[in-house]
Amino acid sequence: MYKNFFRYLISAIFLLGFSVNSNADFKVGFVYVGPTGDHGWTFQHHEGRNAVEAAGIKTTFVESVPEGADAERVIRQLAQSGHDLIFTTSFGYMDPTNKVAKDFPNVKFEHATGYKREHSNVSTYSARFYEGRTLLGHIAGKMTKTNTIGYIASFPIPEVIRGINAMTLAAQKVNPNIKTKIVWVFTWYDPGKEAEAAQALIDQGADVIMQHTDSTAPVQTAEKAGVWSFGQASDMQRFAPKSILTSIIDDWAPYYVERAIAARDGTWNQQDTWHGLKEGMVAMGPYNSAMGADLVKEVEQLQKDLASGKVHSFTGPIYDQKGNILVAEGKVADDGMLAGMSVYVKGVEGDIPK
Amino acid sequence: MIKIEKRNDVPMALYFFTPFIAIVLTILGGGIIFYILGFNPIEALKFYFITPISNLYGFSELLLKATPLCLIAIGLSFCFKSNNWNIGAEGQLTFGAIVGGGVALLFYNQEGFYILPLVILAGAIGGMIFALIPAVLKTYFNTNEILVSLMLVYVSKLLLDYLVVGPWSNPEGFNFPETRQFSESSRMPLLFEGLRIHAGIFLALAAVMLSWFILYKTYLGFQIKVSGLSLKTAKYAGFKGKTMILVVFMISGACAGLAGVGEITGPIGQLHRMISPDYGFTAIIVAFLGRLNPFGIIFASLVVALTYLGAETAQIFLQIPKYTGQVFQGMILFFLLASDYLLFFKVKILSLKKNELRH
Repeated sequence: MYKNFFRYLISAIFLLGFSVNSNADFKVGFVYVGPTGDHGWTFQHHEGRNAVEAAGIKTTFVESVPEGADAERVIRQLAQSGHDLIFTTSFGYMDPTNKVAKDFPNVKFEHATGYKREHSNVSTYSARFYEGRTLLGHIAGKMTKTNTIGYIASFPIPEVIRGINAMTLAAQKVNPNIKTKIVWVFTWYDPGKEAEAAQALIDQGADVIMQHTDSTAPVQTAEKAGVWSFGQASDMQRFAPKSILTSIIDDWAPYYVERAIAARDGTWNQQDTWHGLKEGMVAMGPYNSAMGADLVKEVEQLQKDLASGKVHSFTGPIYDQKGNILVAEGKVADDGMLAGMSVYVKGVEGDIPK
Repeated sequence: MIKIEKRNDVPMALYFFTPFIAIVLTILGGGIIFYILGFNPIEALKFYFITPISNLYGFSELLLKATPLCLIAIGLSFCFKSNNWNIGAEGQLTFGAIVGGGVALLFYNQEGFYILPLVILAGAIGGMIFALIPAVLKTYFNTNEILVSLMLVYVSKLLLDYLVVGPWSNPEGFNFPETRQFSESSRMPLLFEGLRIHAGIFLALAAVMLSWFILYKTYLGFQIKVSGLSLKTAKYAGFKGKTMILVVFMISGACAGLAGVGEITGPIGQLHRMISPDYGFTAIIVAFLGRLNPFGIIFASLVVALTYLGAETAQIFLQIPKYTGQVFQGMILFFLLASDYLLFFKVKILSLKKNELRH
């Protein structure tokens, strides 16, 4: 009884306190994990926000929100201050997003890269980055002279392992002798560590470096050492114009604009989105002319085939490191398997850290 | 020519008044910065210092944010008062959270009134043990406690990284770097339905009371204060310097450990890599702004907590970059140190002409 009383009392106070600030305009809020100028993950979400703004919808953002106790307050404040749709753009906001969503049934929430949709006003979305990795694998397999590809990985979550596997499978297809060497840095953003990891891989003979971390340090290290590299999250070409062969670009803009308009017009509904090259959520940066015209043509064709569904990144036969079959010949991995991927495919060196 | 002289008669009232001067100067300085950035300074300052606490929820969030800052600063005041420069409260907080969190995970899915007290106790002991490292090295091996305590911050953070990525990671969590959510029985009870403020605030208040009692009513407190004023006097008086160093570090570490365990059993509810946005370092500003006085520290922790909340509101409503929060914290410390300098020293500007020199 008294619990309910408190609940109503508190809600009443919320309403009183914020009715002054809320206004009738439709507004979209964004919560970023990093600074808008990181030239990687947050930068791209910010670009998406700019597109929403350009579509004539008011937006607000809060940057560098730690994924700890502060996230819930920021999300709640956005909800309280009259934002109708809120994008929370990092995995660590998963629980706070769902918690706040429970108290604000009229506000829509979109959580990037998470899997919890505990209330009907929470959607999740992510991109099929692995399709981009398939293209990188194809290019890396053709460009390497030492048959060693260096991979800077963040955390052993399915998303990262999927990228490693997709890249290795594609590289093996064009170059059966390929080896993938991995350094785990256990961070998403730490230029110092990422640069050290890149150097370590180069010292071990890797002449193509790729990263699943967000800073530009690895491509800059590769540029200095004169080896090939790939940009991550945004087009990093200007940071290493000679070394970068292409970049995987996260293009959130079309999705953000579509969802913002849907929420404004009342057609928004809960969904779990996983878009790729086809929808344009994954895009490729310009291809380096050093690849040669033939390879560029090949890769562009593969990009088209991946987008149309003619080619799938995980087409059998696929074996794990011990030689057990994961995907049978002629089959493709389903989304459930991809979402929970936790073993390396054959040809990747080392073990997944436990 | 400029000549700097020490003042002999510094009134105590003025000494406790300068923090207010520093805060006023910070607000003025902030207004100027907002003006230069192209914002209406009055409006910006309103969003910064008034909007965040203009309702009950905001006020409860201020108390939530101030709780760890106050706890750590209280602990630090023991060290700083006795001339022991413990800069590693962040590490002690982290290690306390690791030990406390470990106990909470040990009792995963179990119920019992005794679990939370055990978790809290474990956190305090964890912080205490971690603070003993620089203390023992200082007393027995004559190392510099500033360096040792600071470097241990990285040790504890890397240890936490290792644990949440490896052995303690949530088995159902797809290898994401976090532990399971703690069970209800190892979570701090909430004070009000719908608000996040939790029983940890009573720990902070108890620490304030206890520290006041120890510092002003016990022999230990007397020793601490004398050592702070003059180490030679303390030695001459025959105080056991080594024991005192160990004790102040243990108190300081226990407080930081409590702050850490309060965060993970309170608003966070699990261990992951981001349990503290550098509370351990910010609390150094809090301790000095509060003049190392228990009640001053309560006030200072509220002011500094407000700079965090204000930075968020200012970005939400005016899109002022959130880093202004850190600028404000820096300005508070700067103005405090500057006014202290002017309080303790006289600056005399003397004419360059020789014949006008009076000395």
